[in-house]
Amino acid sequence: MSSQIQEIKDDKVLDTRGKLCPMPVIEASLVMKDLISGHVLKVLATDPGSKADFPAWAEASGHRLLKQEAKDTIFTYWIQKG
Amino acid sequence: MLESLEKLSLDLEEFKRLHSEVHKDTDTKRLAIVASKGSLDMIYPALILATTAASMGWQVGIFFTFYGLDALHVKRYKKLKVAPLGNPAMPAPFHGIPVQVPTIIAAIPGMTTVATILMKSWMKRSRLPTVEGFLKMSNQMGVKLIACSTTMGVMKIKQEDLLPEAEVQGAAAFLHFASKATVSLFI
Repeated sequence: MSSQIQEIKDDKVLDTRGKLCPMPVIEASLVMKDLISGHVLKVLATDPGSKADFPAWAEASGHRLLKQEAKDTIFTYWIQKG
Repeated sequence: MLESLEKLSLDLEEFKRLHSEVHKDTDTKRLAIVASKGSLDMIYPALILATTAASMGWQVGIFFTFYGLDALHVKRYKKLKVAPLGNPAMPAPFHGIPVQVPTIIAAIPGMTTVATILMKSWMKRSRLPTVEGFLKMSNQMGVKLIACSTTMGVMKIKQEDLLPEAEVQGAAAFLHFASKATVSLFI
């Protein structure tokens, strides 16, 4: 059984580690403006609130949260522009 | 028979068009905030919620009234303070240790400056923008920064005393904006 899950290819990476709400979401929305529909933004965050914020923000903004992952204290989100 | 069918289908098209128009209007969420206090701990929540809502595609307007208008005043917006007096939660943790400041100490002249320096340092440490930074961001994101005309009259504040981004409005205009809001907050 292969442990290899299909990797999500990102078009842009945003590092918000060390920043608190609302900065991760706001910075993501600013970066998203320059992407084309279908492109994937990968966001790194340490704010624990981001776990709830990114799904809400993606839904409200018409984007798709493809995957979210928590490793140690770092949260990673893959969001596809709608 | 054929004619009435054609008419019906035309009506249906018209209905669909109107329906999508109405739906489009209600789909856009709107946040209306009244910012009535001019201290750091009152202006930050207003600006944080406003910019976040704008990042989610909402229409946002903040009505700065009474002391809240200081946040749009060119000479005051960079100098907003937080007072420890009458504020039992302030100043909160000092190096992670909660420190209770007795009222008698909070009343000593200069303690407001100390509390303000402390709070600004927490914001900086947390890599949050300053009030100035948040105002700039709000403007770039299309947040309406509304100055209350009554406050301007009462406090003798002129349009040129305010940031150029400020729009002057009375209560009726803001209430009209707020009447279509999905979320309204008084801070």
